[in-house]
Amino acid sequence: MIIAVASGKGGTGKTTVAVSLALSLAGRQDGGDPIFVDCDVEEPNAALFLNPTMRERREVGQMVPDVDLDTCTYCGRCAEVCQYNAIAVAAEAVLLFSELCHGCGSCTLNCPVEAITEVLDIMGVLERGRCQSADDGGHVEFAHGILNVGEAMAVPVIRQLKEWAIPPSAAGAMGNSVATVILDAPPGNACPVVEVMDGADFVLLVTEPTPFGLHDLRQAVEVARDEMGLPVGVVINREGVGDDGVDRFCEEEDIPILMRIPIERSIAEAYSEGVPLVEEIPEYGERFRAMYADIERLVADGKESAS
Amino acid sequence: MKELVILSGKGGTGKTTVAAALAHLGSEELRLVLTDADVDAANLELVLEPKKVEVHDFWSGKRAVIDPELCTACGVCETVCRFDAIVSPEDGDRARQGDGSSFAYGVEGLHCEGCASCFYQCPVEAIAMEDQRAGQWFRSESRFGPLFHAHLFAGQENSGKLVTLVKRQGRELAQESKARLLLVDGPPGIGCPVISASSGADAVLLVVEPTVSGVHDLERVLRTAEHFGVPALVAINKADLNVRRSGDIAAFCEREGVELVGRIPYDTIVTEAMVDGKPVTAYADGAVSESLRGIWRRVKRRLELEDGM
Repeated sequence: MIIAVASGKGGTGKTTVAVSLALSLAGRQDGGDPIFVDCDVEEPNAALFLNPTMRERREVGQMVPDVDLDTCTYCGRCAEVCQYNAIAVAAEAVLLFSELCHGCGSCTLNCPVEAITEVLDIMGVLERGRCQSADDGGHVEFAHGILNVGEAMAVPVIRQLKEWAIPPSAAGAMGNSVATVILDAPPGNACPVVEVMDGADFVLLVTEPTPFGLHDLRQAVEVARDEMGLPVGVVINREGVGDDGVDRFCEEEDIPILMRIPIERSIAEAYSEGVPLVEEIPEYGERFRAMYADIERLVADGKESAS
Repeated sequence: MKELVILSGKGGTGKTTVAAALAHLGSEELRLVLTDADVDAANLELVLEPKKVEVHDFWSGKRAVIDPELCTACGVCETVCRFDAIVSPEDGDRARQGDGSSFAYGVEGLHCEGCASCFYQCPVEAIAMEDQRAGQWFRSESRFGPLFHAHLFAGQENSGKLVTLVKRQGRELAQESKARLLLVDGPPGIGCPVISASSGADAVLLVVEPTVSGVHDLERVLRTAEHFGVPALVAINKADLNVRRSGDIAAFCEREGVELVGRIPYDTIVTEAMVDGKPVTAYADGAVSESLRGIWRRVKRRLELEDGM
């Protein structure tokens, strides 16, 4: 099973929920340790809570054109076919703007004299390792990606991170026999979030009961449920501030509210020190496991009604 | 005219709270234009009561569409597509276009990045590239001045382009109307929307919380600003939540030569104001509003907005 934890609005508690869910499942699955993947490659910070020991690292990027100027006839075909204005051809010069390139390879295929080969343009790094849960010696497998400062496109790094970190057997696997994968998504509702949710079995949306939280939750539901057809559930964080708009919205839209975490200064203070919620208040372990059981049931029900 | 962009790296640290307060305080003293550059989670409008004056479609990017009548199912498109966006007839369930039982190939819209590689390689010219309506943008009149804002449709690409568009609109109106300040509420992160939002700005104001993640993300967004040559200011939100980490941030700013323009205390009055649809400075006096007034004073001095007021 692959669960994507997302939110629309930033700072609602995605990482808090994703980290605690992973730690709560550690040591309790026959299929192996839960796999936590921090997909917020622009600002990855789950490692600050899980303190993994990294054991593998690799640079990633995408293939960008490299023009052999001895062969090139400056015909301009590559610039004509590029949809991203990433390549420009002048009288006797070819200019490449690799930050605009999507690595589609269309220029390579269209070059009439085969002057273009492709080289890897490094955009960031992927790392993976393992972390120990505090309570009973279970482990969480950990992976994250880090986009290099100044790079614009997060999507290629997210795509390769997911390919690297998620075992092919995880998608759609029910029960305890295969390790659960938990994806911590970036904020927003644009292409990086779609890339994270793609292939997930369930999307857990963490929100706060405020007008900002509701506004962005609506859009996150549009992406996950309406556009991508994925089952969704909601966690209301900082319950007690704000208003009942999120509750009413979930009722109208028939979206299950799977957990409520009250607003408490002690929780915010523990978070500020990088202490996971389930370690600060161990009773939450049971609640997160109960939520996981609910998610499994929702995914199973969804499959049944689809078939 | 000066241009200030509110950023944070990490989401949810209070960018919009600060932007709304500065819009309120600034509008009392000078003419300003507002832009919400967080186009995939735009919240500034929720506390500014804007009335939309103009609504425009945002057309951006293309999607491949395969004509099932012309498709010979040769599979070349699937071979050249690097985004896993082409669906073969045998895999019809995934196709959003065309029906699963058909003989033709289809395109999965959310995967297609509009590169047109398939369009150029299709031997029977069965593929067309169609323009995408990716969102909308608006010019509104708000209680603190003109507001440019936008809505990127669910899951769309090119948020950077839409950010650039609303910012250009804001900048043009600010210049035409001789406004003194273009105030931009920015997106989280460090990628393309952030780069688009901060390009050409006179300063970015980084709103940070005194948490391990806040401090970690501050450094990355500061490096991004430096990379593009934009000077940065820092404000600490919920500063008393963790006094030690607030001290660490202050020391970090000192080391980096970045001005710390204020510390906003933790108070649920901020959320109460949001529920009431108002900037916190227009909702209640008190320690939070006082700190935001101090931030406005320092931002004004830093941007040299005091002359001629």
